[in-house]
Amino acid sequence: MMLCTEIGLAQLEQELALALGPDAVLSSPADVLAYDGDAYPAARQAPALVTLPTCTEQVSTVVRLCNRYGTPFVPRGAGTGLSGGATPSPGSVVISLARMNRVLEVDPENRRAVVEAGCPNIAVSRAVEAYGLHYAPDPSSQTVCTIGGNIAENAGGPHTLKYGVTVNHVLGVTMVLADGSIVTAGGKADDPGAFDLVGVIVGSEGTFGIVTEATLRLTPLPQAVRTLLAIYDRVESCTSSVVAIVGAGVLPCALEMIDQTILLAIEDAFQMGFPGDARAVLTIELDGSEAGSAEEAAIAREVCLQHGAREVREAATPEERARLWLARKKGVGTTGRLASTIVTQDGAIPRSRLPDVLSGIAECAERHRIRVCNIFHAGDGNLHPCVLYDQADPDESARVHAFNEDVLRLCVEAGGTITGEHGVGIEKREAMRLMFSEPDLQLMHRLRETFDPEGLCNPGKMLPCP
Amino acid sequence: MSDDLLSLASRCIRCGFCQDACPTYKLTASETASPRGRIRLMVSVTGEGKSLTPDLIHAMDLCLGCRACETACPSGVEYGRMLEIFRHRIEASSARPRVQHASKAGLIAMMERPAAFAASLKIAAGARRVSGNDPIPSPIVRAITGGKADQLLMPTADLPESTSPLPEISPASGKRRHTVAILPGCVMQVLYDRVHRATIRVLQKVGCDVLAPRALGCCGALDIHAGFLSSGLERARAFLRTLQTLDYDAFVVNSAGCGSTLTEYGDLLADDPVHSYEARTFAAKVVDISTFLDDHGPLSFTGRFERTVAYHHACHLAHGQRVVEPPRRLLEQVPGLRLVPLAESDLCCGSAGTYNITQPDMAKRLLDRKVDNILKTGAEIVAMGNPGCMAWIQTGLQERGSAVRIMHTVEIVDAAL
Ligand SMILES: Cc1cc2nc3c(=O)[nH]c(=O)nc-3n(C[C@H](O)[C@H](O)[C@H](O)COP(=O)(O)OP(=O)(O)OC[C@H]3O[C@@H](n4cnc5c(N)ncnc54)[C@H](O)[C@@H]3O)c2cc1C
Ligand code: SF4
Ligand code: SF4
Repeated sequence: MMLCTEIGLAQLEQELALALGPDAVLSSPADVLAYDGDAYPAARQAPALVTLPTCTEQVSTVVRLCNRYGTPFVPRGAGTGLSGGATPSPGSVVISLARMNRVLEVDPENRRAVVEAGCPNIAVSRAVEAYGLHYAPDPSSQTVCTIGGNIAENAGGPHTLKYGVTVNHVLGVTMVLADGSIVTAGGKADDPGAFDLVGVIVGSEGTFGIVTEATLRLTPLPQAVRTLLAIYDRVESCTSSVVAIVGAGVLPCALEMIDQTILLAIEDAFQMGFPGDARAVLTIELDGSEAGSAEEAAIAREVCLQHGAREVREAATPEERARLWLARKKGVGTTGRLASTIVTQDGAIPRSRLPDVLSGIAECAERHRIRVCNIFHAGDGNLHPCVLYDQADPDESARVHAFNEDVLRLCVEAGGTITGEHGVGIEKREAMRLMFSEPDLQLMHRLRETFDPEGLCNPGKMLPCP
Repeated sequence: MSDDLLSLASRCIRCGFCQDACPTYKLTASETASPRGRIRLMVSVTGEGKSLTPDLIHAMDLCLGCRACETACPSGVEYGRMLEIFRHRIEASSARPRVQHASKAGLIAMMERPAAFAASLKIAAGARRVSGNDPIPSPIVRAITGGKADQLLMPTADLPESTSPLPEISPASGKRRHTVAILPGCVMQVLYDRVHRATIRVLQKVGCDVLAPRALGCCGALDIHAGFLSSGLERARAFLRTLQTLDYDAFVVNSAGCGSTLTEYGDLLADDPVHSYEARTFAAKVVDISTFLDDHGPLSFTGRFERTVAYHHACHLAHGQRVVEPPRRLLEQVPGLRLVPLAESDLCCGSAGTYNITQPDMAKRLLDRKVDNILKTGAEIVAMGNPGCMAWIQTGLQERGSAVRIMHTVEIVDAAL
C-alpha cells in the first residue's frame, strides 16, 4: 500500500481519469469545494478528488484504485443527508452516484423494480405509476434524495407509519465492497434464504461498501385516499389527538404535525391559507377502500374534535391534497426563511410519550434560550425539532450543542432512540454511547471490520471512536 | 454588497431541492455545476477569503442565470440577485483574462445598439447562406469563449428583411380605456419588429393608446445579467429619465429578459438617492403582455387559429417573473388552437442572453434537448415570450430541417383577434 502523498494523489487522479474518462474525475479547488458536505451545516471538509462513475464496474475500479493508494473514499447520493454522512473525510475520494440514476427494470406482475443507486426516490414512483403501483417510503426530500442514500440511512417518510421504512421495501442490492469486489445480497424473492445481508446493509450509512443497484418492493396505489387537516389552538391538544387516533383503532397512512412557527414560514412560501393564529396543525391521511377510508376519516375527525381541534378540514380534490402535501414536504425547506443556520434534530420515541416529550423539549429550549420549531412524523413518534440559530455566534452554538444533547437524552429516557431516520453520521457519533453499551458498540465495530478491514470506506462516521 | 451576498446566501439550507431544476446540473450531474454548489463557491470567495480562480470563474460562467433554482427553492433563496452581485465582483476584479473581459463587454455593447446588432447578424446570415458557416473569425470566437470554441452557431434564422420605425403613438381602436407604454427595445427591435407590431395592434384592440417612445434606450438587462452592474445601472437611470415626461397607466413588455430586470428596478436602485422612488413606482407599473391581456380579458376573438401549438416557458418569464399561467390561459382561449404539452417546457433552451455565444457547448446541448422535446409534441407552432429564445430555438429547428415555426404568444393572439 502506498502512502497518500501529493505525488500519490496526482497518480491516483491520472489513473482514475484513464479508467473513467477525464470528465468523470473532478479535482480543481472549486470542484472539490462544492462537495464539502451535505445538508448538515456543522461539518465541512473538501475531499481530495471527486469521481462520477456510470456503472458498477467503474465504482469497483475506483474502489480498487483507492485501496491501492490507501485513500479513503466516501459514497455520495444527492447530499441531502442531515447528519454529515456524506461529508468527506480529509484526503478522501468522493464516489458520487449522481450519474447512475436509471430505473433498470419494472416488473409489475411481481411488483418489483430494479434501479441504480443514484436514482432519485421520486423517479421510482413515477416510473411505475402507470401500473397502479408506487414505491412507498417517501422522505420529504424525495424529489432529490437517492435510493442509495435512502438505503444507507434507512430513510422513512410520512407514509412509513403504515407502510414501513426503507428496510421493509428493499429486497436485494448489488454492492461494491470496500476491497472493490462486487457482491449481490438478496434478490427478487421475499425470503433472503440465508443470512439477511440486506437487513445488515440497510442503515449502514455507507460504511460497509457502495450500493450500486437495488431491487425494490412496489406497493399498489390505494383505491381511495382522504386527507384531513386538523387545526389546533394548543400544541397539547394536537399531540394528544395523535395518541388517541391510533388508540381508537385507526391506522392512518400518515399523521404529521406542524407547529405555528413553521406554518407561518410555509404561508410565506406557498400562501396556503392556513389560519395564522393556529398553534399547530395535524395532517391525517387515510387510505384503503372507499367505504373503509371514509369510515376511518369520520372516526379521526371525531377524535380530533374531542381532543380540542378548532376545525377539521378535508381536501376535496386531488389538487387540494397535493397542496397540503407540498406544504408538508417542502415545509422543512422553508425554515431557511427563519434563521441563518438550521439544524434538524431527529429522535424517535414511543408514540404515547409524545405529549410529555414535546413539552419537555419546549422547556429545554427555554432553559438554553434556543429557538426551536417542529415539523415531524407524529404518528411514528419521530421528532424533528428544527433548531434556529446563527452558527457564527459561538455562545449560541454552544447552547445549541447542549440543547441537542439534552433532547437526545430525553428521547432515550422516554424509551426511544437517538435517530429516527436521519442517521448518526458525524453529528451523533458520540451520542451513540447514550444508547448503546460498550459490548453493543464492540459488536458493531467487529461487524464493520468484517466489511471494511482497512477502514477506508466512509471512515469517521456512525461509530464513536473506540 | 458582500454583506448582501452573504445574507442572501444564509437562506440556503443546502437541501438540494433546486438541483433537479438546474439545466447545467441535469446535463453534468456535477455539484459544481449546480445552484447549491455555486452558492457554496460564491460564499467561499465572499466570506471565506478564497480567491477567484479560473475554475471557479468557469463554474460561474456556466450558470445560465435562468433562475429555475429560485422557483424550485422552498427557502426563498434569491439566487438571481446573488449571481448579479457576484458576477459584478468577477468583472470588477482583474481575475478574468483581459481579452476575454474586453470581448465580452464588446459583445454586449454591440447587442445593445440596434444598428450594430442588426448589421452583424445580417453579415452572419449572409455568410451562413454562402458557406454554411457562421463567420465570426475564429480568434475572436476563441477570445469570447475563453478558448472553448472556434466556431459559433448564431441565432440568425429569423432575421426580418427590413424595418421601419414604430409609430410613437398608436391610438386605441374604439373607446380608450388605458394609456400604455411599450419598450421598443434593442434585441426585440432588430429581430422581431413583427412582434412589436402585433403587440401594438392587440393593445389597440383592447382599448389602449400605445406609446412607443423612440428615445428609450436599452434597459440595461444584458449588462446587469452579465456582471457589468455599473453600466447597467447607468442605463437604468437614463431609461427612467427618458420616461419621466410620459404619462401612462402600465408599461407593457413583450420581452421576458427585459421585463424581469424592469420589474426589479426598485430593488436595483434602492440605494440610489435620486432614482429610488421613481424606480419603485415605475417597477410597479411594469407588466408582461400576457399578464396584461389576461388581466383585461376575456378577449373577444373574431378569427380562428387552426394550429397545434406547444408553449415553451421562457426562463425570465416563468422563473424571473413567475408568469406561468397567463400565456397558457390566453392560448387556450384562442378559437381553433390545440394546445399540446411540451416535456421539460420550463427547462432553459440555452439562449440566455449572450450565453449561446460565450458558452457554445452547453448552449448547444440544451438547444438540442429543447428541439428533441419539441419534435416529439407534433406541434406546428411553438409559442413563447422572449426574443432570445425565439431566435435560438428557431435556429435549432431550422438546423434540423424542421418546419416547426416559432411565434410570440402575442402574435398568435393577434392572428385571431
Ligand atoms: C428538507 C429535507 C427533508 C428531509 N426529510 C427526510 C424524511 O422525511 N425522512 C428521511 O428519512 N430523511 C429525510 N431527510 C434526510 C435525507 O434526505 C435522507 O437521509 C436521504 O436518505 C439521504 O439521501 P441522499 O441521496 O441525499 O444521500 P447523501 O446525503 O448523499 O448520503 C447519505 C449517506 O448515505 C451514504 N450513501 C449515499 N449513497 C450511497 C450508496 N449508493 N451506497 C452506500 N452509501 C451511500 C453516504 O455516504 C452518506 O453516509 C431530509 C433531508 C432534507 C434536507
Ligand atoms: S433549494 Fe434553496 S435552500 Fe435548498 S439548496 Fe437550493 S438554494 Fe439552497
Ligand atoms: S440560474 Fe439556472 S443554471 Fe444557474 S444555478 Fe440556477 S438553475 Fe442552474
